[in-house]
Amino acid sequence: MMDLVAPAGSPGALKAALAAGADAVYVGLRDETNARNFPGLNFDPHHLREAVSEARRFQAQLYVAINTYARAGAWDHWKAAVDQAAEANVSALIAADMAVLDYACRTYPELRLHLSVQASATNWRSLQLYRELFNIRRAVLPRVLSLSQIARLAEHDVVPLEVFGFGSLCIMVEGRCLLSSYACGRSPNNYGACSPAESVEWITTSQGLETRVAGILLDRFTPEESAGYPTLCKGRYRAGDRIRHVFEEPTSLNTLDILPQLAEIGIQAIKLEGRQRSPAYITQVVRTWRAALDAYQRNPERFIPEGSWSQTLSELSEGQQTTLGAYARVWR
Amino acid sequence: MYIRLALGPVLYHWNRDQLLDFYQEVAEAPVEIVYLGETVCPKRRSLRWTEWLKIGQMLKDRGKEVVLSTLTLVEAESDLSQIERTCRNGEFLVEANDTAAIHVLVENGRPFVGGPALNVYNAQTLARIQQLGLVRWIPPLELSGAGLRTITRERHPSAPEIELFAYGRMPLAYSARCFTARAHGLTRDHCDFICGQYPSGLQVETQDGQHIFTLNGLQTQSGTTLNLLPHWLELTQAGVGILRISPDARNTFELLCRIRNALDDGKAPDVSDLIGDSGNDGYWRGLAGCM
Repeated sequence: MMDLVAPAGSPGALKAALAAGADAVYVGLRDETNARNFPGLNFDPHHLREAVSEARRFQAQLYVAINTYARAGAWDHWKAAVDQAAEANVSALIAADMAVLDYACRTYPELRLHLSVQASATNWRSLQLYRELFNIRRAVLPRVLSLSQIARLAEHDVVPLEVFGFGSLCIMVEGRCLLSSYACGRSPNNYGACSPAESVEWITTSQGLETRVAGILLDRFTPEESAGYPTLCKGRYRAGDRIRHVFEEPTSLNTLDILPQLAEIGIQAIKLEGRQRSPAYITQVVRTWRAALDAYQRNPERFIPEGSWSQTLSELSEGQQTTLGAYARVWR
Repeated sequence: MYIRLALGPVLYHWNRDQLLDFYQEVAEAPVEIVYLGETVCPKRRSLRWTEWLKIGQMLKDRGKEVVLSTLTLVEAESDLSQIERTCRNGEFLVEANDTAAIHVLVENGRPFVGGPALNVYNAQTLARIQQLGLVRWIPPLELSGAGLRTITRERHPSAPEIELFAYGRMPLAYSARCFTARAHGLTRDHCDFICGQYPSGLQVETQDGQHIFTLNGLQTQSGTTLNLLPHWLELTQAGVGILRISPDARNTFELLCRIRNALDDGKAPDVSDLIGDSGNDGYWRGLAGCM
């Protein structure tokens, strides 16, 4: 049975995820040590301890993501975050930086370590290196591998795998994308945020609604088009003689259709993206995935995604559309 | 202090003749270190493995230090075989651009160069990777001058050799999707090697005409050119001993000559006429990379 791992950016979202049936919830601390460093989001040490108790009450697990790369000269900050997570007795720590993994592994050998997607581990040798060095017990795979590549990777059986099931789609390999800092100075790697809110502008002009990041024009929308949150990889640019979505259209990842294949490969957990989302969103997404996983569990051979599940997820998606992303080879 | 020059791996898809001619020229160029091999797309095979080794030998005979660079995004088993072959070459130092390569190198007890795509952002991580065998480090493009100074200070006196990506279009991102193919309505599996038509990458502009990115297959590069050469003195003070110049289809030889001459005269190299403007140094100054 695959675990359902849900995001929570606030105590409200945590409660929503647990009530809707998440097996595990992952959260971040309220600072640049996590990859969703947005104002008003995340947990302070006190809330973290409460979150652990809350998860226990639901017999669920609580993971903490300390998954950014420690800023030069600010190591004590990341070290303190690991200490706080260990002291709060969390179920697992999700990390990418070798220094963070090394410290956690040496200082708290009992603390379960999961390799974050930000570590960009896309092959068995990378996983093996992290396992040998830091005894990782699970790895979250970047959203760039095809289903058959994931199957090959799982055959090597280095560590149990967690894959993304639903949410925003990174087009680039996680941990290897500097587009945001190129535009505005801040990126997931160096700050824990992509397209941070303070750099984003929506401007109404005679040519339509413009979205900009640090002054750079990402897109222009006609009144009929809806403008999503602007990220560099989903803008419309000119390449050759055409203006188009050079990298990808605004769309969300949804792997509901390949749930049986993921289960057969032996994937240990399905991760939902969205620590920046509201409790209402979390409730709907987690409830839908819970229903899907339970239906699969009851009758694996006859599993067919219900129309209402896909509809709910599509309505919650960027641009109201979903994709299998790199899981489907043709996407590449 | 004498600053050495390094020529990074060719990031674009050049054909066999272009590569052979290029490295003949490099053999005569004032550059101490040359990185060889395909780091972007495993489908690109303009040269056979033995031909790369022959180029390496030729450059070594001309007094260059040769380093073999590995793939950055490693997915398929065949990608791993390619990396294993490179890491076990037995003759040349290897630049690891992914943790897969580090795994092979550790297994074989080989020292290595840590490429710019490895995420080393602090002294603690650098120290850990040095324990694994890193002897030279190319910091991530994003790392600021202040960050680098902090790291070299904290690692003193055990810092490795530091080579800085100092000139060229900046590799910003990697994807499983080939964007050059996509721009031509093709997929990666049936790409027709269309990236070969763009020896300096395919230009991407915003709708108001800013050259924002350069597409290079799976790799997305900056639209503009990184140029830290005016800061050369500051770089040496931050512990940088080697400047990496990223190859360009047009003017690499002239670039290397001009940089070497200027540095030998103790002056800042002026290459603005080759770029068309003064280039970017935003990351180094702790700002946006496009500044």
